[in-house]
Amino acid sequence: MKRRSFLQNTLQGVALPALLNGFSVKAFGESAAFFDMFGLAEDTDHVLVLVQLNGGNDGLNTVIPLDRYSNYRNARTNIAIPENKVLTLGGRKDAGLHPAMTGMQALYNEGKLNIVQAVGYPSPNFSHFRATDIWMSASDSNQLVNTGWTGRYLDHSYPNFPTGYPNAQMPDPVAIQIGSVTSLALQGPAVNMGMSISNPTSFYNLVNNVQDPAPNTPAGKELTFIRTVARQTQQYADTIKKAADRVTQQADYPANNALAAQLKIVARLVKGGLRTRVYMVSMGGFDNHANQVNATDTTTGTHANLLKTLSDAVKSFQDDLKFLGVEERVVGMTFSEFGRRIKSNGSTGTDHGAAAPLFLFGKNVIGGITGTNPILPASATVSDNIAFQYDFRSVYATLLESWFCLDSNTIQALLLKNFQRLPVINGKGCGLEAPAMATGKVRNYPNPFESQTTIEFTTNGGHTLLQVIDMTGRVIAVLADKEYPAAMTDRVVFRAGTLPAGSYYARLQNGADTKVCLMLKIR
Amino acid sequence: MDRRDFFRGVATPQQPLQTTVQPKPAQRERPQPVTPRVQSGIKPYQQALSEEELIHLLKRTLFGASKADIDFFKGKTLDQVVDALLTVSGTTTTVPVKTYTPGSTTPANDPDLALTAGQPWINVHTNDGSVNGGRRTSFKAWWMGQMIHQQRNIQEKMVLFWHHHFATETNDISNGIACYLYNKTLREHALGNFKAFVKAITLDPAMLRYLNGERNLKNAPDENYARELQELFTVGKGPDSKYTEDDVKQAARVVTGFRVRYTDITSYFDAAQHDTGNKTFSAFYGNRTITGKTGADGAKELEELLDMIFATQEVAKHVVRNIYRWFVYYEIDAQVEQDVIAPLATIFRNSGYNIKTVMVALLKSEHFFDPLNRGCQIKSPVDLVVGSVREFGTVFPDASDYATNYLFWGWLQTNAANMQQNIGDPPDVSGWKAYYQEPLYYEIWINSDTLPKRNQFTDTMILNGYTRNSKTIRFDAIAFARQMPNPRDPNQLISDAVKYLYRIGLSASTQTQIKRDILLSGQSQDHYWTDAWDLYIANPNDNAAMTTVRTRLRNLFQYLMNLAEFQLA
Repeated sequence: MKRRSFLQNTLQGVALPALLNGFSVKAFGESAAFFDMFGLAEDTDHVLVLVQLNGGNDGLNTVIPLDRYSNYRNARTNIAIPENKVLTLGGRKDAGLHPAMTGMQALYNEGKLNIVQAVGYPSPNFSHFRATDIWMSASDSNQLVNTGWTGRYLDHSYPNFPTGYPNAQMPDPVAIQIGSVTSLALQGPAVNMGMSISNPTSFYNLVNNVQDPAPNTPAGKELTFIRTVARQTQQYADTIKKAADRVTQQADYPANNALAAQLKIVARLVKGGLRTRVYMVSMGGFDNHANQVNATDTTTGTHANLLKTLSDAVKSFQDDLKFLGVEERVVGMTFSEFGRRIKSNGSTGTDHGAAAPLFLFGKNVIGGITGTNPILPASATVSDNIAFQYDFRSVYATLLESWFCLDSNTIQALLLKNFQRLPVINGKGCGLEAPAMATGKVRNYPNPFESQTTIEFTTNGGHTLLQVIDMTGRVIAVLADKEYPAAMTDRVVFRAGTLPAGSYYARLQNGADTKVCLMLKIR
Repeated sequence: MDRRDFFRGVATPQQPLQTTVQPKPAQRERPQPVTPRVQSGIKPYQQALSEEELIHLLKRTLFGASKADIDFFKGKTLDQVVDALLTVSGTTTTVPVKTYTPGSTTPANDPDLALTAGQPWINVHTNDGSVNGGRRTSFKAWWMGQMIHQQRNIQEKMVLFWHHHFATETNDISNGIACYLYNKTLREHALGNFKAFVKAITLDPAMLRYLNGERNLKNAPDENYARELQELFTVGKGPDSKYTEDDVKQAARVVTGFRVRYTDITSYFDAAQHDTGNKTFSAFYGNRTITGKTGADGAKELEELLDMIFATQEVAKHVVRNIYRWFVYYEIDAQVEQDVIAPLATIFRNSGYNIKTVMVALLKSEHFFDPLNRGCQIKSPVDLVVGSVREFGTVFPDASDYATNYLFWGWLQTNAANMQQNIGDPPDVSGWKAYYQEPLYYEIWINSDTLPKRNQFTDTMILNGYTRNSKTIRFDAIAFARQMPNPRDPNQLISDAVKYLYRIGLSASTQTQIKRDILLSGQSQDHYWTDAWDLYIANPNDNAAMTTVRTRLRNLFQYLMNLAEFQLA
């Protein structure tokens, strides 16, 4: 059998199911000696865990901007987290976490959590579906790409897949998705690279050989027969079952936490020896247009429960990886299709927005906060959005370079463009020095302005990009996009005569650094 | 119990196991329960035809049942539907055309060289091997095209059944025109008189070649055809079929002298090669003696032989059993034998072996609509390929582009062949094992090689389609969804898709999971699908809106076609 080597999901239970396209791929032999022999271990045993937060997570109530607290509170008085309830991060004064996120606070304090601020992309889309597809495919906002970014990466690493897979060198699924049917992120040019395990229960069904009931009729008899063959046909079923069976003890995970249950499977399979590169897990419910918080206590409610689920799950997962001795091999990333609007709505909720923070976690993540809190207008309007500081594809590019050790030309080909790198993965990933964070500056004067304003920015030299972004996230002007031979301060004039009055962001990108300032046009 | 209530009971699967308390592993090894069997007979089914029953009837008599097919027949009575399904022309509106290039070894005077591409070859005779190879390929593609573009009647499924029953192999026949004429014979007699059919098949040039009838000469009889005539085509090997080895020899002597003239692919009787002696048969045939005849009268012995064979009780029983396994289910237990096979055989016999009469009786019977007989067929490869192509309304190039159409039909035919059903070339004279080989029967179609190929085929068609000459055939996910009654409601879209594509339902919790994981992309609120769908409908030319909907629909249908349920008819 060639192509269909993955588990097939039957939601009904019998087998597993799930995916339809699937596939697998590379992995190395299972013994350490094999790696040593070819010197491959360094670039082959790294695992990336993608945690999708479906619905659009409210970034401002996840990472609270303490250094802009009054603007924050003004924008969302009915849902703002009280300043004294915000969880502090290693004594930092500028930002803290939602009070439900004690687990991730602990991870931060252990140096295993990096918060990347205001991640987004130009001209954001506010549709769940379209925005999700953009994140999955790593496309521009106005670009339709039918493959996923990890799918392209895996296709590059395992050419011709699935023909010839699995094989002695690559016996395992290349990617495993838990909790959903099929993801665009894992779609390669020809086939989907992911094998999907529909849910933890069916995973256990696989591992434990549970037979799913079929009606006791001739049709049921034939159905059972086909399912049996399907299960036997799933060439990765045995591989996964064996990997799972090797792990008999894991650290504790919180009960009644669906994300934790998924991550527990991931840890088990990683420890069990699967060389699977990418895992995808997910949790839903972040689309909190109303009743995001309890009006009487904004630290509780739907969003608090979601963040607790996320935070507890990630913390227990990280602890388990340590317990299992595989902590060095795993890096995780959360993402959501968009953040929420700066200003809350009247029903103690938030509407679809733009940029938001994302979390990177793992032993080899550089702990800390990347970037600064988003700039918030003193009196935000209902349509104001957070400008992106970092393109989400910069995070992808960094993971591909510093965790999967690809060269920059390959990365550019996979991500369709070149993106800046961020200092978020340490040298144990691929032996690369994290890019230095420059200390660029950007400001404008006069501000507020009527028809034009001068933007003054300081670059550390090298490639420097200066964009103007409106409140819907559209890039409306590129004022600088060139190489500077050395550090210097430069000025450009932003002519805004025909633009409507309102707030605009100037976004400076120089190397790993990004700075944003808020400009107000008053006529 | 009301039959329909019962059906609902069996058609609704139990909840997935994850919602139940799981027994300890040791307790999971439970014995396979005894599958209940039907008790119904061939009394006419009197209840009004439900949509479920209509779909059952159509999936068994057509290759797949498209929404348009179902809508066409909806509201008609069972009598009306069956009568329409059994009204066939017995002919085709096209014949296979030249799609091949003769080889370099083809003689310069070969008549085929004067034939231009796209022209029918069935009257241009040639013995050239390379040309005939090309014609066999053309013939198979054309036949696939007949099935794909079938009319709303039983003709094509009947023709494939008779090909299984009177199996021949094009590789043995070799001559392309003979292959076509054999197929034409099947079509002409598909719902006609079975006795006349057997005579026509006996004299069919392809069959005379395939089973060596043309080499059955008076001094060197070849028993091949005489044996299969009895064992496979007429009396069969049922428990009461007690013909003897000597009957095979005697029958072989009867049919000596029938030859094939290859200049025009016709059969003829060569009296000089006919055994003119008397042929005496066993007690099974009433110790009948067929008196040897000389000259042209020798050919008349065939009539006497068929009279003798058709006078037995076994012909009708054997043929009815084969029909039953093709259209109903493979298991024939004592009750089915007594209450279904025997009475249908009586009807068949009393009608003078009219095939249409016995099909009417079967398709209008209580037994055919018995809940236990629904959804229990594993689709044959051809049923899977042609049925899914039809159910998804796959659009082919205009008929004028014959070249591309033949490439598509040929590719689809190759797919079915790779799944182990190669039309024109069944494994041997017994036809396909799925319809006679105990104990697996239909299950023979499904193994670790063929099941992935089935899934790959539907994956290819729903995701990328298949492209030749810059034209693509594909399963159009959006078009399929648009013909559903209410595609903007994700719950109804899934339940309707399941209704039309499956014969066994999915539990509510499974449908909910599919909805959430696929149509809602993990969201919990239905309106996100509805909004996306409405946006697309309002802006059909908006590429992003279309892509958003299409991606999810493709995943949905791909998923549904990958579940085991899709393999059942």
